[in-house]
Amino acid sequence: MDKIPILKMGPFLLVTIQVDLYDRLALNLESDLIQMVNKMSSKGVLIDISAVNIVDSFMGRILGNIASMSKILDAQTVVVGMQPAVAITLVELGLPLTGVRTALNVEKGMELLQSMISREDSAREEENADDDNITI
Amino acid sequence: MVVVREQDVVPFRNRVREYAVRIKMGLVNQTKLITAASELVRNMLNYANGGRIRIEIVSKGRDSGIRLTFADSGPGIADITLAMKDGYSTGKSLGLGLPGARRLVNEFDIKSEAGKGTIITVVKWSNG
Amino acid sequence: MPVDTYALLQKKRHSILETWINHQLANDALRDELIGNEEARAQSEELLDAYLNRLRVVARGGTVEEGHDAVAEILESVTISRARKGYSPRETGIFLFSLKEALLKALSEEIAGDPKLQFEESIKISNDIDGLAILTFETFIKGREEVILRQTDEIAEISTPVIRVWDGILALPIIGTLDSARTQVVMESLLSQIVETGSGITILDISGVPAVDSLVAQHLIKTVSATRLMGAECIISGIRPEIAQTIVHLGIDLSGIITKASLASALKYAFGALQLEVRKKNKEVKA
Repeated sequence: MDKIPILKMGPFLLVTIQVDLYDRLALNLESDLIQMVNKMSSKGVLIDISAVNIVDSFMGRILGNIASMSKILDAQTVVVGMQPAVAITLVELGLPLTGVRTALNVEKGMELLQSMISREDSAREEENADDDNITI
Repeated sequence: MVVVREQDVVPFRNRVREYAVRIKMGLVNQTKLITAASELVRNMLNYANGGRIRIEIVSKGRDSGIRLTFADSGPGIADITLAMKDGYSTGKSLGLGLPGARRLVNEFDIKSEAGKGTIITVVKWSNG
Repeated sequence: MPVDTYALLQKKRHSILETWINHQLANDALRDELIGNEEARAQSEELLDAYLNRLRVVARGGTVEEGHDAVAEILESVTISRARKGYSPRETGIFLFSLKEALLKALSEEIAGDPKLQFEESIKISNDIDGLAILTFETFIKGREEVILRQTDEIAEISTPVIRVWDGILALPIIGTLDSARTQVVMESLLSQIVETGSGITILDISGVPAVDSLVAQHLIKTVSATRLMGAECIISGIRPEIAQTIVHLGIDLSGIITKASLASALKYAFGALQLEVRKKNKEVKA
């Protein structure tokens, strides 16, 4: 049974998908990933699909699931390296891929993750600051 | 080609790609064709426990294309018009299978009878 | 056939060829091809010989197919090369019909005494040449279509240049109508350039697009969506006031898309998005 490797890159996790995902493999990936996010207290997940030639609605759902699951555990997800032919096909297919942020490559993906996380942090700081101002 | 299980999907996709490459179909059209094929074959697996698919090379004047015929003996689709509307679904998945697949190919034909089965034929031209 | 037409014509081969060449010389375009061009003369000779050979095969009781191929082959190659060179259909037709004239003339000279036979043989030859004429016609059209296809490809390539205006900013001016075939070319071109240059912002300038209807708008929206899916952004610029009016009247929703009136303002926006600033240099004035 194949497993898709998950690498730790500092506060983030990197998944490089290089094979066609079928049911069992995809489910394993989802659970492996979410376990890792939890274990490493990761703040972000990068999914590299630069080697993926076909993204159908099944694959789209997996990506969406991963993004949602990670969000629940307080981690952001960015999908990187989408091939042009795939992007064109997805637009025609009408796959919304809501909740999934994208970036051109791993480098830009990490930048995006950083900015998403610091934005969340500063939003949280503001909230906390407001709390302090409550007078009874 | 017979497709019965989940594991048959990938070899099927590869076979379609082989044919598409043989008629020198461009990358974007190839991707659209294989993605549509993937959607339709998954439908077949999810709703009808599999079926048979025929892959053929066809030609129209100077252009060549690939024709895929998906035949199953599943429950059939009661209301085709409804099924072809974006967002419709009876399964757990998003109802994007049919209308989405139709947008990716040049010709799309569907014949279905409740209780008997479904036959879907699609054609993608090399320069379509 | 009672008389050996082949033998007759073969006897007069030389004069047939001369008559034919003279007919061709009477036509300006064909003359330019012939004068000083041994190859063109040789072509005519080759075709005549191939045709006479075909007659010989038939006279001996063989099937037409045997002798037919050589004639068809030569005719096809002559026709295709003329179609590519831009010869008119008339000139290409004259090439063949003047051969018919030469053949019939030779026939009438030889069978002068027997009008019925002359008529029968003339019809046979006429039918042969007519059949070849249809072949010429089809081949000519095919040759022209190849030219058109090639030119279409070239136009498609030229008319969608992707310009690297800055590090990370690409501009794509679209000139001409935007149909679905062209949109796919534009998208492929743009997206592959995005990957190659690692550019995060692209500007699609449509000031050269004559009309924007709901279909064209759809194509533009698809292009923007595809760009965003890949993790980049796409700004539409060059929207003329009339186009803006049409878009609103048609009820097209461009709310999710960043639009700018000019390429310049799109560029300014792009710089801002990349945290870049353009300032005048401060000149130090020494007192």
